[in-house]
Amino acid sequence: MSLDSTATIWRDGTPVYDRGENVCVIGAGGSGLAAIKNLKEHGFGVDCYERETSVGGAWNWRHHRSPVYAGTYLISSRPFTQYPDFPMPDDWPDYPHHSQLLSYFERYADHFGLRPHIWFGTEVVKVEPVSDEPDTKWDVTIHGTSGGGAPRTMRYAAVVVANGHNWSPKLPEYEGLADFRGKVIHASAYKDSTQLRGRKVLVVGAGNTGCDIAVEAAQQASRCWHSTRRGYWYAPKYVFGRPADQVNDATAPLPLRLRQWLFHRSLRLTVGDLTRFGLPKPDHKVYETHPIVNSQLVYYVGHGGIAPVPDVARFDRHEVTFTDGRTADPDLVVLATGYLPRFEFLSPDLLDADESGRPHLALQMFSRVRPTLTLAGLVQPDSGIFGIVHWQTVVLARWLRLLDTAPDRAAAFAAGLRAAPDRRFTTAKLKDSTRHWFELNHVVYMRALQRALDDLEPAR
Amino acid sequence: MTTRIVRRREWAYPPAHVRREVLTVAPGTAGSAGSAGSAGDEPPVLFVPGFGHGAWAFAEHWLEHTAGRGFPAYAMSPRGHGDSAPAPKAGLREYVHDVTQVAAGLPRQAVLVGHGAGALVVAMALARYPARAGVLVCPVFGGVGAAFGALRRNPVGTLPALFGGALRPRRGQLFSRELPVADAQRYAARLGRASTRAQWQLVRHGAPEDPVGKPPVLVAGSPDDRIVPRSALTAVADRYGGAPLLFPGMGHDLMLDARWREPIDAILDWLVKQSA
Repeated sequence: MSLDSTATIWRDGTPVYDRGENVCVIGAGGSGLAAIKNLKEHGFGVDCYERETSVGGAWNWRHHRSPVYAGTYLISSRPFTQYPDFPMPDDWPDYPHHSQLLSYFERYADHFGLRPHIWFGTEVVKVEPVSDEPDTKWDVTIHGTSGGGAPRTMRYAAVVVANGHNWSPKLPEYEGLADFRGKVIHASAYKDSTQLRGRKVLVVGAGNTGCDIAVEAAQQASRCWHSTRRGYWYAPKYVFGRPADQVNDATAPLPLRLRQWLFHRSLRLTVGDLTRFGLPKPDHKVYETHPIVNSQLVYYVGHGGIAPVPDVARFDRHEVTFTDGRTADPDLVVLATGYLPRFEFLSPDLLDADESGRPHLALQMFSRVRPTLTLAGLVQPDSGIFGIVHWQTVVLARWLRLLDTAPDRAAAFAAGLRAAPDRRFTTAKLKDSTRHWFELNHVVYMRALQRALDDLEPAR
Repeated sequence: MTTRIVRRREWAYPPAHVRREVLTVAPGTAGSAGSAGSAGDEPPVLFVPGFGHGAWAFAEHWLEHTAGRGFPAYAMSPRGHGDSAPAPKAGLREYVHDVTQVAAGLPRQAVLVGHGAGALVVAMALARYPARAGVLVCPVFGGVGAAFGALRRNPVGTLPALFGGALRPRRGQLFSRELPVADAQRYAARLGRASTRAQWQLVRHGAPEDPVGKPPVLVAGSPDDRIVPRSALTAVADRYGGAPLLFPGMGHDLMLDARWREPIDAILDWLVKQSA
């Protein structure tokens, strides 16, 4: 691959190097790698730009933007997490450690020869459509992250955005936070439980990260308060001696209501009444929020290691007051309040983003107006991400292939995308929160992907 | 047939891990001189034996020869075969799982070569792992017709299988007369068996799904194979859009028979042509 071809196109006074029918992939994490592999398999040339110097994205703990901490383990078991055509070793644990996931991505990249397609240390600063047509080409402007070198612009037939959605911290605003004298960090800055040792820690947020950190604080810190806005269902990692998500899928043919009843019933029988532990009663049914998989939280509440408290009302110099009037005097506050997606290099109208910044995509992956722009892995499933991303990228590779071989069918598919209603791929009604922007049920969504795959089936 | 992507059974009931035998010969270390070497970027080749056989069947000749021609060569035994852990309850699904596990564990995208019922296992694995290429040698795709054929040709070795016994092919079915009797006896003595469940599944199983990643697929066999009739060979080759490569005068076990060199050379020539 050489970028030294002479530029023949000019845009706004800068040269544009035409990469022909090649496809640009942004990011070499778990989603970007699947995109490269599947595009390659469908016969496309691929240039991938990665701002870091290695693969793995969020799951590479060396990366500046990686949210993982030393004690991060998967919360979906192996069969739900792996790429469907590249199984994880079956002698790995049911819920591998983040370092194992990274080595899995590295092996995937080597096995399928993906590294020669990746430009490491290169950041994408702008992505612009060339025309208003649905099958427009794209001008991608890149520059090196290590300083030096002028930005360059390349023209691609299509762009796959796989820049992740768990790296830009979402920080809530609290009254008096500026005056608080203790240390306040976002969970993205939490790396290791030694940060908690001997301190009085307040963990805010009951996402999977918040619960993990609360559990680690229960073991390491001198005190731990865990502040949550509402009560949640804490799903155990194992039920009936098997990984919970596997049991869940084994019962999936049953109606939602019956499964909700079964789930409530089995939690009731095993963990018991959560309000007995001082935890608030969930204000929703199970499957209506993103699942929180943590067997240990309730256990440590039972030891008194974690004091459950409600939402924060305000901060004072040395004190935090909660909405029920209780107070705490932490010297470290960890805000496990989640992340927001960011696409600075894209104009929001390409993603049909609303005022809050939430993109509205067709099939949760295609730009409605210009479907040669796709977003891979912008999903928050109730299972693992990578099995879903694999099929997303197969769908997009097939659609791009069809643009080439059967433009009529491709145009019909694009028209279908534009007309498709803005639907959620879930069974239960979700609690409204930025946390659930991309929430989906893996079976509902994969069925939709299956229909798209069938529509895009190449003619024999 | 289209690719089916909602696979609840596979997600909810993953096969358990067992110890698996994998034999390896690195390219260039084998003694079989004379064949042309290569640039060193040949894909790994993974051999999968059929029912009753193990990795040893390829270790006799083909493994070294393949490595001698520059391909990293691997042979495996599915569970219950060769030196892999015993698995009396395993079925085709577990054998397929074993093949995809070993294939995905190789350093680079591999070529899968299956023999006999191992060719059916490989055909099923091709729908789960995007192989560089697939080679089906004397493929036993089974079915009810094939079961009756087996009963007719070899009643003594097939009847017991109806009652949970082992399928026992005759020596004359596996090898040609050119193979010295001592060798044939030695090989026959090493034969084991597949599980009863897998034997029955050979009679009743769904057609393999389409391969993923559109790998080229080659079918090879012998018109004088007394296990796989010529018509079955042609049917499998048709399914993958080609004609079978034929090696007249050889028995079912192409990799052990006296003229083992011809088929493996033809297969490797085909592989070289595919990557060119």
